[in-house]
Amino acid sequence: MTRHKTRAILGTGALLVTGALALTACGSGFDDGGGAGGGDDSELTSSDEALTILIGSSGDAETDAVTEAVAAWSEESGIDATVQVANDLPQQLSQGFAAGSPPDLFYLATEALAGYAGNGSLKAYGDLLSNKDDFFPSLVQNFTFEDEFYCAPKDFSTLQLIVNTSLWEAAGLTDDDIPTTWDELSDVAATLTKDGVTGLAFGPEYQRVGAFMAQAGGQLISDDGTEAVANSPENVEALTYVKEQMEAGSFAYSSDLGAGWGGEAFGKQLAAMTIEGNWIQGAMTNDFPDVEYQVVELPEGPAGKGTMQFTNCWGMAADSPNQQAALDLVEYLTSAEQQLAFSEAFGPMPSVQSAAEQWKADNPELAAFIAGADYAKGVPTNDGISAVISDFNAQLEGLKTGDPQQILDTVQENAEAIVG
Amino acid sequence: MTATVAAPPRAGGSGRGIRRGEALAGWVFTLPVILILGIFLLAPVLMALWVSFSDWTGRGSPLSANVNFVGLENYAAITVDGGLPTRDFGTSLRNNAWYVLLVVPIQTALSLFLAVLVNRAILRGRGFFRTAFYFPSVTSSVAITVLWLFLFSATGVVNEVLSWLGINGPNWFQDPTGIVHNGLRAVGVTSGPAALTENDFLGISWWDWLAGPSVAMTAFILMAVFTTSGTFMLLFIAALQNLSGEVNEAAMVDGANAWQRFWRVTLPQLRPTLFTVLTLGLIGCWQVFDQIYTGTQGGPSKTTLTPAYLSYSSAFLDQDWGRGAAIAFILFAIIVIFTIFQRWVLRDRPVSKRRARQYQPSQPKEAKR
Repeated sequence: MTRHKTRAILGTGALLVTGALALTACGSGFDDGGGAGGGDDSELTSSDEALTILIGSSGDAETDAVTEAVAAWSEESGIDATVQVANDLPQQLSQGFAAGSPPDLFYLATEALAGYAGNGSLKAYGDLLSNKDDFFPSLVQNFTFEDEFYCAPKDFSTLQLIVNTSLWEAAGLTDDDIPTTWDELSDVAATLTKDGVTGLAFGPEYQRVGAFMAQAGGQLISDDGTEAVANSPENVEALTYVKEQMEAGSFAYSSDLGAGWGGEAFGKQLAAMTIEGNWIQGAMTNDFPDVEYQVVELPEGPAGKGTMQFTNCWGMAADSPNQQAALDLVEYLTSAEQQLAFSEAFGPMPSVQSAAEQWKADNPELAAFIAGADYAKGVPTNDGISAVISDFNAQLEGLKTGDPQQILDTVQENAEAIVG
Repeated sequence: MTATVAAPPRAGGSGRGIRRGEALAGWVFTLPVILILGIFLLAPVLMALWVSFSDWTGRGSPLSANVNFVGLENYAAITVDGGLPTRDFGTSLRNNAWYVLLVVPIQTALSLFLAVLVNRAILRGRGFFRTAFYFPSVTSSVAITVLWLFLFSATGVVNEVLSWLGINGPNWFQDPTGIVHNGLRAVGVTSGPAALTENDFLGISWWDWLAGPSVAMTAFILMAVFTTSGTFMLLFIAALQNLSGEVNEAAMVDGANAWQRFWRVTLPQLRPTLFTVLTLGLIGCWQVFDQIYTGTQGGPSKTTLTPAYLSYSSAFLDQDWGRGAAIAFILFAIIVIFTIFQRWVLRDRPVSKRRARQYQPSQPKEAKR
């Protein structure tokens, strides 16, 4: 009897000790977490600690270019900095923040901004940048959360219309036929649709279809981020137009053609036109070098020109011990000169206006992309927006047989739950 | 864990004789395992449980002072609030329930069938077939998923073969339509009765609950059956080889044919193995994650979204850590409940009175005493 009791006590004791040990062991890693709030204090930490930069790279060209630039800065400033390439950036970032030892600088997507800014993981350093006024205003808007400019846009891309020139000519079309209105777009798409080729293909997602919404004058959430306007008549008009063209067979989703994305459908000549960003240049050179194409601006919709823009910024961790150096590095990396070097290495467009003219001169065939900067709409940045967008995307896949009004009503309902 | 079993109690008291210090030695020997399990299993589970009741946002320690207890808020968001999180959770449960409903019975039946086939002594090349059937199980699920994506692409091998038969195959991994709905559409039913479409559970109308697995999910179902049948076949082979031949021979003497012998003699003896296979299958199916993560990320139209993947994406991608943890614990509860239910169904029952009467020699009542 006593023997049993002793053992039970011993057992419980061992379990408790283990539990406590385990918890404290885990806890010790969290020392500096949860302390100093991120957003509000404008003081930057400063020390002589080395910097860690975490990037989600598109390939060796990007990795090498960033590593080289950071090494050059290290040389100049005397502060050590290492570049790490994440294979799953959101997951690795989350782990860093939870453990209280995040990288000092990292690529940050617009849709992730609100989540991290909301929980205090990010340092809002935008207003401290010396080249703050050089960034395109629409990009600054993209990285402004609750009236604070959080992080410097590192580059950006816009969507435009990519046309297969040989199919274009084979269909008897000339440069004068480049569509400038929706009606003209449906006409050329119908003309190009033959022999197993679809006129226009793009991915089944808001990140492509949204361009039509912008051309119709619609968006998901108002510019100031306080009102959901997803089921506006403009958006219904845009989706109805896309749906009608899909029913007519002259538009199609790339997935319906058996391609992973618009660029693949275009490169395999399953479609004569696609809507993609400037990254398509690299894909075409590497995977489909024989396909000739040109980039033209998307046609005007009922509300004029419109497209979408995508961008990442250099996020800075609130827990970084050497924010002063990180800020210096960001200014170096976003300088016009450095951004033009990045652009040459792996293709993105510089986020600063002072580099735009030079970029246009260097890449005359891609000029349409940077022209889009003037009228492009960004992806909304409200906290929880990524779930709303992925739900919207899920519904857009069924657009051909769905009801635009009904789809947008659901989006509106979801969006209302996260704004305000 | 067999290693945690302490020394059995002895008649003599502690602290004297040759058995002195035995308990202490027992604890010392089991301590490494207790520590390892405690740190890597118990502590994380307890922390996750706390996170599911807290407003932790993924920054710093979940045990720090500025993380607050929010009660059942996270659980409510995914079950009763009726917003997007509820609908997502409902969708993921719907998808996974169909997956379980189809995969578990099919893989169990198939693995038993294969085991019976390769267990026969007269089969030539038994070793080859056993290896061949088992091979998919030892291949990494990521590799098989990638293979599957190629096989089932719009212009892939599967559709090519179907086209020889004159069938225009679907665009498998891009097709969000439910197979039950598709079947109904083939007979002209395109929308459900109002009773089903107007009422919902977890934000999903009953009509949509009955949609069946999407074509994309069906491809995953085929994959799961393909990969796991081999593993379970091995369990069944082991069990079959343990059965004594005498019982079977006795049945033969009684005049039972092969069919009867299988259903009435062999299968009842396999009940413990059947329980193991069903339970392992059930647990594996409810936790399906890697195929979704590598293959479709929940698409098309969220029809391959599973609770395990939703838990990951809410936590790591949307920074709703509490919600992600809550999903994980609801999933845990579902698995436990199903396992208990299964155990109850497959329990050893006393022979029913009606059945028992058949075996009793007919004798007059008064002879009883």
